[in-house]
Amino acid sequence: MLIFDKGVKGRYARAQVTDVADVELELPAELLRSKAAQLPEVSELQVVRHFTNLSRKNFSIDTQFYPLGSCTMKYNPRGAHRAASLPGFLSRHPLAPESHSQGYLSCIYGLQEILKEVTGMAGISLSPMAGAQGEFAGVAMIKAYHDGRNDFARTEIIVPEAAHGTNPATAVMCGYKVKEVPIHADGDLDIDALTAAVGPQTAGIMMTNPSTCGVFERQVELIAKIVHEAGGLLYYDGANLNAILGTVRPGDMGFDVLHMNLHKTFATPHGGGGPGSGPVAVSERLQPYLPTPIVGVRDESDVPEYMWLDEQELPDSIGRLSTFMGNAGVLLRAYVYAVLLGKEGLHRVGEYSTLNANYLAKLMSNAGFELAYKDRRATHEFIVTLRQQSKELGVTAMDFAKRLLDYGYHAPTTYFPLLVPECFLIEPTETEAIDELEGFVDAMKAIQKEAETAAEMVKGAPFTQPVRRLDDVKAARELDVAYPAVSRD
Amino acid sequence: MPFIPHTDQDVQKMLAVIGVDSIDALFDEIPPQLRAKPLVGIPEGLSEMAMMRMMSDRAEQDAGALCFIGAGAYEHHIPAAVWDIASRGEFLTAYTPYQAEASQGTLQVIYEYQSMICQLTGLDVANASLYDGASGLAEAVLMAVRANRKSKSRKVLLAASLHPLYRKVVGSVVGNQQIELEDLPVNEASLSLNLEALESFVGQDYAALVIQQPNFLGSIEDVHALTDWAQANGMLVIGVVNPTALALLAPPGEWGRNGADIAVGEGQPLGLPLASGGPYFGFLSCKQKLVRQMPGRIIGRTEDLEGNEGFTLTLQAREQHIRRSKATSNICTNQGLAVTAATIYLSLLGNKGLTKVAQASHQNAHVLAKKLTSVDGVKLRSSTAFFHEFVIELPLDVGVVLERMAEQNVLAGFDLSSFDAADLKNCLLVCVTEVKTKTDLDVFVSALKRALEQEDAQC
Repeated sequence: MLIFDKGVKGRYARAQVTDVADVELELPAELLRSKAAQLPEVSELQVVRHFTNLSRKNFSIDTQFYPLGSCTMKYNPRGAHRAASLPGFLSRHPLAPESHSQGYLSCIYGLQEILKEVTGMAGISLSPMAGAQGEFAGVAMIKAYHDGRNDFARTEIIVPEAAHGTNPATAVMCGYKVKEVPIHADGDLDIDALTAAVGPQTAGIMMTNPSTCGVFERQVELIAKIVHEAGGLLYYDGANLNAILGTVRPGDMGFDVLHMNLHKTFATPHGGGGPGSGPVAVSERLQPYLPTPIVGVRDESDVPEYMWLDEQELPDSIGRLSTFMGNAGVLLRAYVYAVLLGKEGLHRVGEYSTLNANYLAKLMSNAGFELAYKDRRATHEFIVTLRQQSKELGVTAMDFAKRLLDYGYHAPTTYFPLLVPECFLIEPTETEAIDELEGFVDAMKAIQKEAETAAEMVKGAPFTQPVRRLDDVKAARELDVAYPAVSRD
Repeated sequence: MPFIPHTDQDVQKMLAVIGVDSIDALFDEIPPQLRAKPLVGIPEGLSEMAMMRMMSDRAEQDAGALCFIGAGAYEHHIPAAVWDIASRGEFLTAYTPYQAEASQGTLQVIYEYQSMICQLTGLDVANASLYDGASGLAEAVLMAVRANRKSKSRKVLLAASLHPLYRKVVGSVVGNQQIELEDLPVNEASLSLNLEALESFVGQDYAALVIQQPNFLGSIEDVHALTDWAQANGMLVIGVVNPTALALLAPPGEWGRNGADIAVGEGQPLGLPLASGGPYFGFLSCKQKLVRQMPGRIIGRTEDLEGNEGFTLTLQAREQHIRRSKATSNICTNQGLAVTAATIYLSLLGNKGLTKVAQASHQNAHVLAKKLTSVDGVKLRSSTAFFHEFVIELPLDVGVVLERMAEQNVLAGFDLSSFDAADLKNCLLVCVTEVKTKTDLDVFVSALKRALEQEDAQC
């Protein structure tokens, strides 16, 4: 039932009504609202109960194992949430003067330094508000770099065919054409195709490493050489940074620019689909183009004084991407996460996420599931293909995914990357214990058995959730995106 | 090793099953020359207790000032229940609702949110939110250029009274797509758009007009006349609006004869703390006929296979994970948690509560404005109607006054001296909301007087 349907005319949450006399408004009458907005008319308890009950209809990291590939659903420390919610941080206006911002700015400066160190890059801007916006910033910087050299012939961005959808969409938003390059059966990029694709029209390449296939691109140095020799730059999509945190630095692999997803690698809560945060880091030659603002320091002595660096200091910047400075609260949480882990802890993230993924991959393989890249080492994630099950039993990856919900596990990422049929992209993360991983395999084995003996039942799953499978076609055809669905056309 | 649960025995067992003798061996496909050296520049980890001490000290450093800065981020009372509920782990630590059956909580919240945004803006359909107000406007501009069937133009007319930071963000985002931005000038006296200048823009082809209501300087624009003029000249109208003000002011759907086509704005006033600028969220709504040009996620109501009501992501064929390079935007996430807070906020306040917040803010702002005009040398810069933010002109340099008031722990407003679109030397933008008491307003006045007298003393 919708909150609107719970309302009764004239009911309201009395504690939430500001005490104000009904006086004449000093506003022109013709510019006032003619009819009141129909918002819920409910009591405070009704609101609390409604939304508490809605929350219980969600899977979440706090309640379930959530092995969603490429999303890094690791534990989000409550300490980070508490620290970022301290009153001094919450009440700071984004345009408060530097004299009243030193506490906040010191945290942001600290985070900038930590992220530069773990990525091996020279400069950083924390302002992009999500991975996709970080990508936008990165590719816009590549464009600004070529334009700055009067090199206007570079009109193409190369993207491996297994790339995240945001990569080609971003390239287009920056005014580029997209050229997709195939990958080999072993998951590595087709070097001959890359060599044929590059030329004076190449602005750069966007890559994820480990790739979306869950394997480390072994030829990364060769790719860097080929693209650089053609005059292009290398963009690192940091979606999978968790796999190599502390083990390999993108800067050392030859990348010129990258974005990270702090909501993945630095454990900030995903909040039901955001807010995220997608800082961009660059090598020296792209530093002048970083998006503003950035935090600088005036005096590194005993009491450093932090300051904003804006367009006066960075005249060649690609500009501002958010009204103020990105998702500040997410940045604070990421900073706290890094402070809690320290150098030792950060180093172990890549190690233990890789250990968990390889263990889980081995158990899945031992249980008879087909690994898409069985001759390769898993990174922090790996791909299982259920094409045999689909072909022989008529039970698809989607069916397995829905049935997993009945077993209390969130489904892995399904049908991505697009080039592996009937696939599951599975990422357990380092914060899961061995028993949780084993429980997941047991569930998959049980579903396999059900698929063999009761395929129709599996195809009807889930059975234990608040709703059964939903009619997506009806949702799109008979579009109902607001209550009450009044059309004004 | 914070948050890694493995015992030594676990590790040994796992390595044995995998068939390697060390964790290091799992990285054997990585060229050895790429392996990183230890992270020397990063300090040792802290316990939660030590971290909290450090962070509390830093938060304390920034606390305690009385703030009259608005300029796109507004201090309102946030009911206790808003973040108590939004911070439940089931909302906080869920991800994008791709598995609809296991995400009905988030999905229904967003559907209710979309409904509330449609009500506030008077338009038919809303998306699940964008990153913030300014980036939301950039998306709205791209959307309008795509959607305007009457015009092939890639030129967009922006009110010069628009928030200057919004102007900058739009420029950064659309600049690479050959979209040109032109300014509709401000009347220097009224600090609202110059309707007499409209004539000179007739006959040039623009895809859209962007109007902010109330505008950046707090003034109320004649949105009806502007909307009718723009639509008569083939433009789509994008209204940038403050959601609190919409409790009182005509919603974009009621602007002019036909209503604005797209509404967009900063959602922060709806239950989100100032918090240094984020996370906030951008809301976007439009007329039904433009729905397929909307960027971002949209939640629809549907049925499950037993005919029960349920909610799911819909119209995904517009989005990057399906359309890749042909998507309406590269946007992937929305600001789910911020939207959850806003939905709880609007449910708690209802129309009655929101209207009271708007009225109290409006009244308090007018009380302060009147008090200030009685201070020697201070005057209201224009006589145009305003909502809860206004411009005063000072007898001295604003930077100096702001600094002196900040020393008294009063953050007096936004310095307009470098505002491009009008001559606002020595001008200050002041915001007052419902949270300010009479005492707070008196503190402002006496702090200002002291700041001005300091100058006299030096003379």
